[in-house]
Amino acid sequence: MAGLIARRARRQRVFRWAVVLVLGVFFLLPMIAMVEFASRGGGETWRLLVDWPQLSEKYPDLATGIVASLGQAALTALLMLVLLVPTAVWVRLRLPGLRRLVEFICLLPLTIPAIVLVVGLAPVYAWVNYFLGGSSLTLTFAYTILVLPYAYRSIDTGLSAIDVKTLAEAARSLGCGWATVMWRVVLPNIRSAVLSAAFLTVALVLGEFTIASLLHRDNLQVAIEFLGKSSATMSVAVSLAALVLAFIMLMLLSLFGDRRKASR
Amino acid sequence: MADVVDTPDLVAPKPEIRAHRRVGIARARSLLGTVPFFAYVVIFLVIPTLVVIIGAFTGDGGFTLANVSALGAAYIVDAFVRSIVLSAVTAVVGAVLGALLAYALVTAKPNGLLRRAVTAASGVLAQFGGVTLAFAFLATIGLSGFVTVFLKDHLGFDLYANGVWLFELPGLVLVYTYFQIPLMVIVFLPALDGIRPQWREATESLGGSTWNYWTRVAGPLLTPAFLGSTLLLFANAFSAYATAAALVSQGNPIVPLQIRSALTSEVVLGQQNLGKAMALGMVIVVAVVMALYALLQRRTAKWLA
Repeated sequence: MAGLIARRARRQRVFRWAVVLVLGVFFLLPMIAMVEFASRGGGETWRLLVDWPQLSEKYPDLATGIVASLGQAALTALLMLVLLVPTAVWVRLRLPGLRRLVEFICLLPLTIPAIVLVVGLAPVYAWVNYFLGGSSLTLTFAYTILVLPYAYRSIDTGLSAIDVKTLAEAARSLGCGWATVMWRVVLPNIRSAVLSAAFLTVALVLGEFTIASLLHRDNLQVAIEFLGKSSATMSVAVSLAALVLAFIMLMLLSLFGDRRKASR
Repeated sequence: MADVVDTPDLVAPKPEIRAHRRVGIARARSLLGTVPFFAYVVIFLVIPTLVVIIGAFTGDGGFTLANVSALGAAYIVDAFVRSIVLSAVTAVVGAVLGALLAYALVTAKPNGLLRRAVTAASGVLAQFGGVTLAFAFLATIGLSGFVTVFLKDHLGFDLYANGVWLFELPGLVLVYTYFQIPLMVIVFLPALDGIRPQWREATESLGGSTWNYWTRVAGPLLTPAFLGSTLLLFANAFSAYATAAALVSQGNPIVPLQIRSALTSEVVLGQQNLGKAMALGMVIVVAVVMALYALLQRRTAKWLA
């Protein structure tokens, strides 16, 4: 038996490395190509990439896009939390009958492609323009819908792990108002779920292109696409930087999530 | 509560009725707590959806089926066919290769660096990709890309001897596969994690071979999860827009690009709502696929929870 297990472990190791190697070449080749491509012309592109003042002078559209995307990401994360966390807690506590409906609505954007949503959003955004102006930050509204499924799943998992009802009743019986319950009791208990929802939101917003492009707003991806028409090396360099940044972010999320589990 | 009110005791009703009303008020107040959420969702999700659905059946003079019947035009049917073929091919290829990679990860250490890095990278490529992936492939096998130039200079092989296929359907298949495999890893890993080593030991102690284990135990258990994930990949490719938009600048081979051209150049008179009809068509395809996915998901959850 021991020999069998050892033999199987060895076989699995060979299989594992074969698969990882073959697919690794497939996945790393474009990344290596991006490095090579962006380095043509002697590293000038890379130097520019880390030099913000010069970058924004030479490629103002790119700078606008980066700033807009960061603003959108922050606002979307905030709006998502303000909208979703109290509702999810409230529904769990007071309106359990509505839970399925809320879940259904939150998962609905998965079946509506962004390209379809943007068709329907055009008239809605005519009103948004009328009331709030045409700032790129108004995309926050559409993005909050886009991130609902991912954020909801994350927050719902977090709430399932704690006994919201007992916690809330205990706090209420000690004289807390609802705001205090939310802010000081529930929120600290689902901190990591909230954090992972926020991380996913930021990643999704930074990668969004469809809606921004078709509603004629600025963001990072739109800027990259636009840049591709004039300066191929720079657009490839920025693409690679964005991918690497997103990778680092998700890696941190994975490490952070693990530390939480270990400390439990 | 109601039967208390109906008791013959005539002294009781007054406070009970008040209590009854209080319950009603409390319920209304509870519902009030969800108003911001529902109002928001109505404005930014329900109304856009209705705009698409109603717009698909509206013409200059009110209700019409003209938009929907215009979907029968050859170039739109072709776009739908190409979209479906593209999604199906990349879903199947992505599912098979992604499942292999996911299995390779499961046999690795659960908290090891390999698994962690591959999962994070998969998340990036599957969700974040879009425009950046189009540029990645331009840098790789574009006309002056790394691989194209290398093959030509060192091996005398012209990647595009039979025409530049990167900006057409074959190119889209390649680039889409690049984000479908990572998505498969993400959605299929939990199912593989649900397979217990005890089941394999049980098979072995009953005299079963590896072949038996895969065809009689693990295979049937994983099939619903595998098919479900494949459907999800199909929906993902079918809805994808950014990569194709950045890669294809001439012609509109697939439905999302057709919608783009309908949105950006609404010049053809009387066809303003054709884009909405195409959008409705997309929603229907994705909804059918996702409904099947939900069904399979339920079957999966039964065993691999």
